[in-house]
Amino acid sequence: MSGFFKSSIGRKYAMALSAFFLMIFLLQHFAINFLSVFSPEAFNETSHFMGTFWAVQYLLQPVLIFGVIYHFVMGFILEARNRGARVSKYAKNNGGANSSWMSRNMIYSGLAILAFLVLHFIDFWIPEINTKYIQGDMTGLLADGEGYRYYEELTHKFVSPLRVGAYVVAFIFLSLHLMHGFSSAFQSVGATSMRKKKLQTFGKAYAIIIPLGFIIIALYHHFNH
Amino acid sequence: MVDYKVTDISEHMSFLEMMDVLNEQLINKGEEPVAFDHDCREGICGMCSMYINGEAHGPDRGVTTCQLHMRMFKDGDTITIEPFRAKAFPVIKDLVVDRSSFDRIQHAGGYISVNTSGNTQDANAIPISKYAADEAMDAATCIGCGACVASCKNASAMLFVGAKVSQYALLPQGRIEAVDRVKNMVAQMDLEGFGNCTNTGACEIECPKGISLENIARMNREYLSAHIKD
Repeated sequence: MSGFFKSSIGRKYAMALSAFFLMIFLLQHFAINFLSVFSPEAFNETSHFMGTFWAVQYLLQPVLIFGVIYHFVMGFILEARNRGARVSKYAKNNGGANSSWMSRNMIYSGLAILAFLVLHFIDFWIPEINTKYIQGDMTGLLADGEGYRYYEELTHKFVSPLRVGAYVVAFIFLSLHLMHGFSSAFQSVGATSMRKKKLQTFGKAYAIIIPLGFIIIALYHHFNH
Repeated sequence: MVDYKVTDISEHMSFLEMMDVLNEQLINKGEEPVAFDHDCREGICGMCSMYINGEAHGPDRGVTTCQLHMRMFKDGDTITIEPFRAKAFPVIKDLVVDRSSFDRIQHAGGYISVNTSGNTQDANAIPISKYAADEAMDAATCIGCGACVASCKNASAMLFVGAKVSQYALLPQGRIEAVDRVKNMVAQMDLEGFGNCTNTGACEIECPKGISLENIARMNREYLSAHIKD
C-alpha cells in the first residue's frame, strides 16, 4: 500500500472514509439528541453513559476528533491543489449547466460547518471537558444534586434566539454539504452504478432528515423552555 | 479577450465553419486569423476544443465543437470563446492548447503488450460477456478531447484516465497488466498537475461521447485493488 494515500485517488478514499465515520457519528448524535424531545430521563441517562463510558471517552472521542480534523485539513489541502490546477480562470463559466451548486461549493458549506463546530464546541464540548476533567466532577449531577445536568444544560443553550438561528443556518449548510457529500463518498470508494441510484436516493433522504431533525430539536427546546 | 464581428453565417454551418468564415474575413481585412485546433471535423479525432459560452464544446450535448451547429445560437448573439483552461493544458496560441499530458498518461500504461511472433491467440477465441464487451466499448469511445478536464472545476483528468483504464480492465487481454497500468497511469496523471475529482459530474455531462462516471468508480476500485495486490 506504499504511496496509496499520497495519490489523488488515495486521498479520495481517505476523504470518503472520514466522511463515512462522520456520517455514522452524526446519526448517533441525532438519535441521542432526539431522545431529549420525548424523554428528558432517557436523554440524561444516555448522555451520562456516553460522557463517562471509557470506550467512548478514550477511544471513540479521540478517533472522532482526528476524523473531524482530518476531513477539514484534507479538504483544504485538496481545495488548494485543485485551485492550482487551473491557474487562469474562465472569463465565462456556466457551471450550473452541468453540475449542482452543492457539488461546486463543498468548501463553502464545509467552512460554514467548521464555523458552527467552533460555536458548538464552545457551547457544549469545552464546558463538558472542563466539568469532567478539570474540575473532576464525573457525577453528571446538577449543582443541587437533584438529578442529571445534561437536559438542563441542553435546554438552557436554546433559550437565545440568536443561537437557535445560528444552529438552524448551520444545519441548512450541513444539509447542502451532505446532499452532495453522501453519494460522493460512495462514488469515491467505487460504488457501482446500480447501487449508486439507490444510494443517491438514500443520501438525499439522509441529507434532509438528519439536519431537519436537528433543527426541530433546537426549535422544540427554544419554544418549550 | 478580443471582440470580433462575423457576418454571413448560416444556421446550418458548424461552429468550426463559422470560425473559418471569421478567419477569412480577418485575413481579407489584413488581420491575424484566430488559431484553433481541428482535424477530422466529424467528432472522432478529439482535436477541436474551445470553451463556448462557459461550456466545453458549447451548449449542445453529446457533440464536439465541430459537430456544434450555429442554429444553437441566435442571430446577433455575442459568443464567448475560450481555450480549454488547465495547468496541464498550457495554451500554445489563441484557442490551441497542448494536450500532450494525455499522451504521456497513455504512454504510462494505456496499452496491452502483445507478442507478434505469429503465435498470438486470436482475440475472438477468448469468450467475453456481452456486458463486459459493451462496457469496454463504451469506455473506448473516449476520443481524448479534454472536455472533461476543461469542464471540471478542479481541472481533473479522472474521467479520461478512468475510461482508458476501464477499456482494458474489462477485457481478459487487459487484465494481465492491470495492476501496473492503473498505478502508472494514475501516477502520471498526478505528475501532470491535474486536480482531484470531487464527483461534481460535470465531466460526464459535457463529454461529447457520454463517458460515464462509472469509469471513475471502476478506476478507483482498480487502484485500491492494485495497491492491495502489490
